[in-house]
Amino acid sequence: MKKRILAVLCAAALAATSLMGCGGNKEPKQQITVFNYGMYIDPAILDQFTAETGIEVLYEEAMTPEELYSKYSSGAIKYDVLCSSEYIIMKLMEEGELQPMDFTQFPHIDSISDDVWEFCATFDPGNQYALPYFWGTVGLLYNKDMVSEPPTSWDVLFNGEYSGNIIMQNSMRDAFMIALKYLGYSCNTTNPDELAAARDLLISQKPDVQSYLVDEARDEMIAENAAIAVVYSGDGLLGCESNESLAYIVPEDGSNLWIDCWAMTKNCDNPEAVYQFLDYLCCQTDIVAQNFEYVYYPPSNADVRELLDEDVANDPLLFPDFNALENCEVYQLMDEDTTALMDQYWKEIKAE
Amino acid sequence: MKRKYIAAPYIIWMSAFIVLPLIFVAYYAFTDKAGGFTLKNITAILDPLHIKATMLSLELSLACTILCLLISFPLALVLRRLNMNNKGIIILIMILPMWMNSILRILALQMILSKNGILNMILSWFGIAPLSIINTPGAIVFGMVYDFLPYMILPIYNAVMDIDNDLIDAARDLGASNPSVIWRIILPLSKPGIISGITMVFIPCLTSFVIPDILGGGKIQLLGNVIEQEFITSMNWHLGSGLSFALMIFVVIGLAFSEKQEKKDRESLVW
Repeated sequence: MKKRILAVLCAAALAATSLMGCGGNKEPKQQITVFNYGMYIDPAILDQFTAETGIEVLYEEAMTPEELYSKYSSGAIKYDVLCSSEYIIMKLMEEGELQPMDFTQFPHIDSISDDVWEFCATFDPGNQYALPYFWGTVGLLYNKDMVSEPPTSWDVLFNGEYSGNIIMQNSMRDAFMIALKYLGYSCNTTNPDELAAARDLLISQKPDVQSYLVDEARDEMIAENAAIAVVYSGDGLLGCESNESLAYIVPEDGSNLWIDCWAMTKNCDNPEAVYQFLDYLCCQTDIVAQNFEYVYYPPSNADVRELLDEDVANDPLLFPDFNALENCEVYQLMDEDTTALMDQYWKEIKAE
Repeated sequence: MKRKYIAAPYIIWMSAFIVLPLIFVAYYAFTDKAGGFTLKNITAILDPLHIKATMLSLELSLACTILCLLISFPLALVLRRLNMNNKGIIILIMILPMWMNSILRILALQMILSKNGILNMILSWFGIAPLSIINTPGAIVFGMVYDFLPYMILPIYNAVMDIDNDLIDAARDLGASNPSVIWRIILPLSKPGIISGITMVFIPCLTSFVIPDILGGGKIQLLGNVIEQEFITSMNWHLGSGLSFALMIFVVIGLAFSEKQEKKDRESLVW
């Protein structure tokens, strides 16, 4: 009952404030159009932002990077600011679709982790275009009861010990990343010999692989159908929460580190409003903490840990130690020849 | 002339969702990345990798179609014979799975067939060693049969039920035995249903990529998977369209053949 009264009061208050807003506001209303992945922001933050600044937020969503890219390129809606995976940001940068942001106008910019800035600089030299949002890794989710000792390297996928109990990522780029990193090469290599070596390794591994999966890998691990799976850190975290026997690590040979970033489009004619919005969302630590509770990925904000419960703040899954990630790389855009070669090799692996 | 209005919605539908997309596919199939004309994307089907995937697709689709046929035809015969008022209910139950999303059903099947799945659990109660069914071509065929069976049952059931009882009585009067009634009367008369069942099962099987991905564990590559990879991962829409186009040629040849058969049968019905 109490809750219901509270709800009625809230609704009344909301109606009153919005009425007041209509009556009193004589300045031209500011408006920005924001484009983001689904479930990738606490929706309450948008209302809070509008209430505090008077800037109206038109919010648009896409489910996948590819969908986001094609929706953006179709040009049907004029987006001011968008959030996407680093390779989409790179693509948009290359196409001249983005404009640089003046981060000196962000009052709380210092809260963004230097380590994340550094990783961003590998694809956005001088950190001009991309403001990091959330980030994560690719690693191994393993069942503590089914391995002889906790894995530390990709080696467990290739040494045959867990034959028939391995789940690989059914994604060309990630599969090659693992083989290349294990062989000591860069996952962004364009050297055909190194790619051929990775292909041979993956072909020789295939008989040991139980299956190549993407999202289902996590569920298979929770159901204890396999001992080791390659997953993204978000899936690793969910897996560990659903089944206590599971653990997630990033192998020491290095892996892929992904960063989702915000970027301002060339169409935006009100950069100040965008700066205000992004500063609020990514740099203002209390808001980042609120958003983190909803999204549950490691945020780019370095100060947020101070506001969280100790066991959350010290969870190595949520807040990994950057020193342990020094061998990790962000994916660079591949040139066409390398894409075609990798594509051919991936088909050869799958056809075996 | 006025009647032409009635056709307008269908013409719009056909051009927007059938003709236009086909033109796009053809455009991509016959051009390269620079936009120049090429046949390379079509002839790519002859690449050994793609031939292997095509042959495997054909094999599995054929196996699935034969299994569906072996299940559906006897079912239709039994239902025809049964003195039941509610034959419709049995058919309803057989096609009930169609009301659920196909992906959901395949995901459920994955859980049933998986290593620690329900099937192996039941087998272990009887002391039978766990079977490794998941991630094999067999699992894919099983999933395809499960998914596409209703499309075979319905047309065959309709064709078999439509046969006039007098024809069968006449055959018996003339001394035909049971097998020869089935072989010489029912089978030829239900041929149109069988053929449309075959087309409706074989072609979706040939192009499917979700079932092999889920039940094959990504280890078995059919032509559908290759095309999916070209579109989704490699962003090579030209090669993907070229392979789709080549596959479409197979399908059209198959369809033309079955159409001709059907026409011939219709004519013979008159006699």
